[in-house]
Amino acid sequence: MPQMTMVQAITDALRVSLREDPRVVVLGEDVGKNGGVFRVTEGLQAEFGADRVADTPLAENGIIGGAIGMAMYGMRPVAEIQFVDFIYPAFDQIVSELAKLRWRSANQYSCPVVVRAPYGGGIRGGLYHSQSPEAYFCHTPGLQVVIPSTPADAKGLLLSAMTGEDPVIFLEPKRLYRSIKEDVPEGRYTTPIGKARTARAGEQLTVLAYGAMVPVSVEAADMAAERGWSVEVLDLRTLLPLDTEAVLESVRRTGRAVIVHEAPRTCGYGAELSATIAEHALTALQAPVLRVTGWDTPFPYTLEHTYLPDAKRVFAAIEHVMNF
Amino acid sequence: MIDETLRQVLDDEGRVTGTAPEIPDADLRALHRHMLKMRTLDQRMLSLQRQGRIGFYGLATGQEAAITGSAYPLRATDWIFPALRETGVSLWRGTTVQELVCQLIGNAGDVLIGRQMPMHFSDRKVNSVAWSSVIGTQLVHAMGAAWAAKIQKKDDVMVGYIGDGGTSSSDFHAALNFAAVKQAPVVFFCQNNQWAISVPLSEQTVSSSIAIKAAAYGMRGVRVDGNDLLAVIAVMREAVERARSGGGPTFVEALTFRMGGHSSSDDPTRYRDPELVKTWEKRDPVARFGAYLRGKGLLTDADVETWTAEIGEEISQAVTAAEAMPAPALETIFTDVYAKMPAQLETQMKYALALGAGTKFDGAFPL
Ligand SMILES: Cc1ncc(C[n+]2csc(CCOP(=O)(O)OP(=O)(O)O)c2C)c(N)n1
Ligand SMILES: [Mg+2]
Repeated sequence: MPQMTMVQAITDALRVSLREDPRVVVLGEDVGKNGGVFRVTEGLQAEFGADRVADTPLAENGIIGGAIGMAMYGMRPVAEIQFVDFIYPAFDQIVSELAKLRWRSANQYSCPVVVRAPYGGGIRGGLYHSQSPEAYFCHTPGLQVVIPSTPADAKGLLLSAMTGEDPVIFLEPKRLYRSIKEDVPEGRYTTPIGKARTARAGEQLTVLAYGAMVPVSVEAADMAAERGWSVEVLDLRTLLPLDTEAVLESVRRTGRAVIVHEAPRTCGYGAELSATIAEHALTALQAPVLRVTGWDTPFPYTLEHTYLPDAKRVFAAIEHVMNF
Repeated sequence: MIDETLRQVLDDEGRVTGTAPEIPDADLRALHRHMLKMRTLDQRMLSLQRQGRIGFYGLATGQEAAITGSAYPLRATDWIFPALRETGVSLWRGTTVQELVCQLIGNAGDVLIGRQMPMHFSDRKVNSVAWSSVIGTQLVHAMGAAWAAKIQKKDDVMVGYIGDGGTSSSDFHAALNFAAVKQAPVVFFCQNNQWAISVPLSEQTVSSSIAIKAAAYGMRGVRVDGNDLLAVIAVMREAVERARSGGGPTFVEALTFRMGGHSSSDDPTRYRDPELVKTWEKRDPVARFGAYLRGKGLLTDADVETWTAEIGEEISQAVTAAEAMPAPALETIFTDVYAKMPAQLETQMKYALALGAGTKFDGAFPL
C-alpha cells in the first residue's frame, strides 16, 4: 500500500473520481497549472484538461454558485476555496442556495456539490488564513460538514462526499496536510459520512475532537496515561450529521467528556456536543463536560500558539475533570 | 468617457513622448529615491523572509511607478484603502521603515501588535486603512468613505486599490456602481500586473481592457502605462482633482507587470514563461524614470550611490531595532475585540495568562 500525506490522498481521491466519472469537474482559483496553492490539484489539469480542472476568475460566489448550476444540470463539481477564510463572498450561495435547493424545490432539483477548503491554524497564516468556521455551516440544515484528520480518512471521506446525493462542506486541516504519512489504499474505497472513529481507546474519559485537534488530543491522552488515566479520543470525522450514537456510547462508558476545537468557544461546535451529552447521558456523567477551544477573539498572527489549544491545555481540562 | 489608449509620457528608454506633468525638480528626485527605497526594501525583506526572520512578504518589484505615482498627487487628508502591494503608498505618506519592519515581524513595536499577517499594515497617521486579506472588500469601503465625505461637504478624496484579479469580485461591482450613482469623490486605482497568483489576465476577463468596465457604470475610465511614473502622476492628478471638485469617481487601470512571485510562498516558474518576465525587464519603471532624470541633469551615479547607501543603512537600523523588540504581550489577543472587554472574555484572558505563566487558575475550572 502506498504511503501518502493528506495532500496526496486528496489528490488521489480527485484523480480516481475524475478518471471514473465524466461528470466530475474540479474548479477554483489557481487549481489548474499551479495545482492549487497547497498543490492538492497537482497534475490534474495536465491529465484531464482545462474543462475538467478549471481555473476560475477571482470570485467565490461565482465558483460555488457556478458549481450549484453545474450540479443541477447533472454534473459532479468539486469546488475549491483557496482558504476557507475566503468562503464568505459565497456564504449566500451556500446557506441560501446550496443547502436549500432540494427542499425548496420539493426534491425536483438537488446539488451534490463538494466544497473543499483548507481550514485552521498552525501555519503562521494570520487572521485570514487560519480560521475555523465550521459552526456557521453546521447551523445550516441541508449541508453536511466533514473534517478528516488522517490521509486515509481524507481520501475515503472525499470519495463518499463525491458520490453522495447532498452537498458537503469538506474542511481540510491544512496543518496536517503534510505532517503525517500513512498507508492509503489504492483505487476507490469509501469511508462513510456520519461515522466517528476511535482514534485512541480508553475507559475513564472521552475527548471529542476533529481535524487538527485529533493529534493534539491524542498527545494529551498520552500525557494522561502517564498519570494513570485511561483516556479515549473520538475523532468525529463528520460534524453534520453527527454520529450521536458513537458519542453517547463512549461518554456513557467513560462517564466524562472533554471537547476540543480550535474555533472560538461561544456557540462553537462544542456547545452542540455538550448539549447532546446533557440531553442524553446526564446520569452517566461523573464530572462537568469541559470545552477546550480557541478564545473568543479573532485569530492572532504572532501569538497563534497561545490561541490554538495544545496538548498542555487539553491536559489541564482532563486533569480537572479527572480530579472533579 | 472611456479612454482605452494607454497614456504614456516616457517611452521605454525614458525619452519624453507625451506631455510631462509639472513637478518641481526636488520632488522628481524624491520620487526617484522613493522608488529605489521600495526596490531595496523588497530585496532586503525577501532575503529576511528566506532566512526565516519574517514569515511572509509580498513584492512590489516592477510596480514601483504605479504605486508611487498614485500616491504623489494626494493630499495628507485624503484616505487610501490599499491591497497587498501598496505599502509604498503608506511609506510615501510618512510610514517609517521601522514601523513597517515591526509589522512584518509582528512584534510589540508593531502598530498592529502582531495581529495581522505581514503586508497588511494599517497606519492611521497617514490615513491608510489596510485590507483584511479578503480580495475586493476594501474597494467598497473607499466608496463609502467617499460618499461620507460628499455628504459632509468635505473635499477629501479616497483612493481604493485593487488588483486585476480583484476586479472579478462582486465587491468590485458594488463599489463602482454605488460610486457612480452617488458621484462619490473616489478614485479606483487598479494595478493590472496581469497575474492573480497563477491566473493570467486572459482567464480573469476577456474585456478589451479593465478600464472599459467603467463604461458599464457610467464612470470615467482611463488606462495608463503603469511603469511610466510621469504618466501615472498625470492621470492620477486629473482623477483626484476631478473627484475633489465634485466631478465624481474615476477608474484608473495602470498596466504593469508582477516581476516576482505572487508572494514569498509562490513559485512562478510553475505557471509562467520566464521569457515573458525578461520582456518586462526592459520596461523597468525605476531605470526608465532614472534615464529621464539623467537626461534632465537631475540625477547622477553619485546620487544613486549615496541614496542606496542611506536607504540600506536605514533598513539595517530598522531591522536591528525591530529584532530586539519582544513579542506582543498575551493580553493583546483579548483587547480591542470590543471597546470594553466583556466579562466572559476577561475570564478567558485570566485563564490564558495563568496557563502561560504555568500557574493554576484559582478555584473551579474557569471556562
Ligand atoms: C476573496 C479572496 N479570495 C481568494 C484570495 C486568495 N488570494 C490572495 S491574492 C490572490 C490574487 C490576487 O490577484 P490580484 O487581485 O490581481 O492582485 P495582485 O496579487 O496581482 O496584486 C488570491 C486569489 C483572497 N485573498 N481573497
Ligand atoms: Mg494582479
